[in-house]
Amino acid sequence: MSTFEERKAGFLAVELDGAGYEGIAAAVLAAESAGFHAATFKDTPEAGRANALQRAAFAGPVTRTIAVVPEIDTVYTEPFHVSTQLASLDYVSGGRAGWIATAAVSPEAAAAVGRSFVEGDALAQEAAASIEVSRRLWDSWEDDAVIRDVATGRYIDVDKLHYADFETPADFSGAAYSVKGPSIIPRPLQGQLPVLAAASLVGEGLVPSDAVDAVLVSAPTPELLAAEVRDARARLGSSVAIVAELDVVLDARGQSAATRQVPSPESGLARFVGSAADLTELLGSLLNEADGVRLHLAALDVELEELSRLVLPELRRRGALRPPVQDGTFRDVLGLAPAENRYSTTAVAPLAAGK
Amino acid sequence: MTRDIFQPSGQIQFGIFFQGVNSGTIWKAPEAGSQTDFESFRHIAQTAERGKFAAFFLGEGLRLREHLGRPHALDVVGRPDAQTMLAALAAVTRNIGLVATQNTTYNDPADLAHRLSSLDLISGGRAAWNIVTTDNAWTGANFRRGGYLDHADRYKHAEAFVETAKRIWDSWETPTGPARRVLHEGQHYTVDVTPRLPRSAQYRPVLFQAGDSPDGRDFAARQADVIFSAHPKFDAAVEFRRDIVARSVAAGRGANAVQIMPASEFILGATDQEAQEKKAWVRSLQIGPQQAIAYLEQFWGRELSSYDPDGPLPEIDPVVEKTSETRGSGFHGAKARQLADQWRAEAKDKGLSIRQFVSSKTARIDSTFTGSYTAVADHLAEYARVGAVDGFNISPWLIPTGLDDIVNHLVPELQERGVYPTEYRGTTLRENLGLETPVRSEQPAHV
Repeated sequence: MSTFEERKAGFLAVELDGAGYEGIAAAVLAAESAGFHAATFKDTPEAGRANALQRAAFAGPVTRTIAVVPEIDTVYTEPFHVSTQLASLDYVSGGRAGWIATAAVSPEAAAAVGRSFVEGDALAQEAAASIEVSRRLWDSWEDDAVIRDVATGRYIDVDKLHYADFETPADFSGAAYSVKGPSIIPRPLQGQLPVLAAASLVGEGLVPSDAVDAVLVSAPTPELLAAEVRDARARLGSSVAIVAELDVVLDARGQSAATRQVPSPESGLARFVGSAADLTELLGSLLNEADGVRLHLAALDVELEELSRLVLPELRRRGALRPPVQDGTFRDVLGLAPAENRYSTTAVAPLAAGK
Repeated sequence: MTRDIFQPSGQIQFGIFFQGVNSGTIWKAPEAGSQTDFESFRHIAQTAERGKFAAFFLGEGLRLREHLGRPHALDVVGRPDAQTMLAALAAVTRNIGLVATQNTTYNDPADLAHRLSSLDLISGGRAAWNIVTTDNAWTGANFRRGGYLDHADRYKHAEAFVETAKRIWDSWETPTGPARRVLHEGQHYTVDVTPRLPRSAQYRPVLFQAGDSPDGRDFAARQADVIFSAHPKFDAAVEFRRDIVARSVAAGRGANAVQIMPASEFILGATDQEAQEKKAWVRSLQIGPQQAIAYLEQFWGRELSSYDPDGPLPEIDPVVEKTSETRGSGFHGAKARQLADQWRAEAKDKGLSIRQFVSSKTARIDSTFTGSYTAVADHLAEYARVGAVDGFNISPWLIPTGLDDIVNHLVPELQERGVYPTEYRGTTLRENLGLETPVRSEQPAHV
């Protein structure tokens, strides 16, 4: 995908779950002003957390540059709804949407919708199936399907709409299902939304690496993160972007990071505790290995202020960050080529000409 | 008891229903904008808010309409997911209610209740749910469960679903929690959930419902706050109100507990004549020659392209016994042969061509208000005076500018007559509709 030179300039994402449902606009605008390339919205199953996709949708119209990327589960959701919700998110954000596809390991989520609890290998199967459904449905309308041809009275060209005809594979562990299509909404503005998933969910025997555009890589400590990134790169190849996950506690407002009272990081997530200058060094070196880093902030407003004042400007000065693209897409941020349509009837691939 | 006697409010309100599908929205005029760009939705929602509209409605797409086995090509089609769009509109509006049509058959109660709570909290208490049901396996082909529900069971299932959702919204003991666990064991699904979200500024989402059969009306009388009715004409509206008041009182609710907002279309002008001319133009763009033939083909089950749209109805008989559900729910179940005979007689009787006949069948003649701003305002004031309806849910025939003349000209006329709000009463949809806050049920979670 990207050459080494390009990779040296990476992107930064920030997780905004902590903004709740009342502070979405303020938080996403602060993140955009600070120069973050993407905002992510976790779907934590905790009391008081509103739906991640809707928070991302709310953030869409109030911003112009930052990508809005919700987590959506693939196990206990309807793949058809997920696909159309994400396509809609792409419209309301002007092509800045992405998807962190998760596979919930949650007996509570199963009981809530009256389904059997899914665990083990079946999780990746559910995720792979749901991602495939979304990708087929996003392609089920070709880009130029809406023709508005007054002479023939046709609003759409039906030859440019396609049935997805998805069926779960024969070795699918869960309840088999099928999705007919086409989608109820035209092709998303980006064609295909970038799909991200935890690196642990992707690879041989799991979600195929070509089904995702980026993986999220975690390590228990910041020191181990670079090695994990290299491992993921070696395992998944260069077509998948690697995003390192880092929790951050900074010296701020006259208090040293080590003495601040903050909640523990999510389990398995590396936590950096220290000064803005040291964080800048760490991010600079991580961005040499990874395509991007996603930051989880101990206290959203406190860390955002320090990052925007001290860390991101310095990283930009060093050329470690890709310049944000005004009115660009999330695909632009990730350096992805325009998405080809699997059903395309108009574009003739040169190789197919001789067949 | 006075609560058993209906009291007209003397007011009407407006909602806007952005359809996104079907022939009601014209696309052949140069003024017709995008059906999917966010800017179209923003323009319409902000215009409606300028006109103090109570609510912005979106439908729900579960499968594209088909014509003879392929997606229907001739009408507007392709629309966003309702709640995703409404969450985005919440960011660019302040007062207008945000109504998502959502199906009880292809959603899960705990998930849907959670997402509606989310929308309600994100929007500061402006969310509503327009409850619809479906049962056909054709729609089910897009979902994990497939078709699983018998037509006869659809309201039974829907009501259990709605009651479960209400218990979920009732579950937090105090505004900060804790939540009580909600259990439901139904014929088709079980729910066991400890809800995650608190009550909103309007307690819970407002409930709209549109069923018109006796079962559907009873369901609405028991469960809904507002009925999205199919009876906008004056006499029918008065009769519908009488019926719903009787059913609400019988259900143990007050005579004013359930509001009524019929679906409607407005074609307006400075003068009656201008409005009538505009109507002819709108109709010609809603149902063109190809749409007229295609409309009949759905019922005939065969290609009819050799027939002249400006000639009489086809003399050949339909090849299908039942019309297809692929055409959409409104067409489901009619007997084709019987219908064809009836229509041929009707068209001959009135001297209508295919195109004129189809236009009369599809153009929502019963829901269109045509006339000058002042004449229509006078007419609507009469609805307000007797309390025939609580408002109208308007489907604009043009996107995104279809509300401009209503907001610029009709709304001020109604305000002058004292029958339309000049300000929003509050910040929540429930306040703006004048609905009472629900009383929290002390019913135990285990049923």
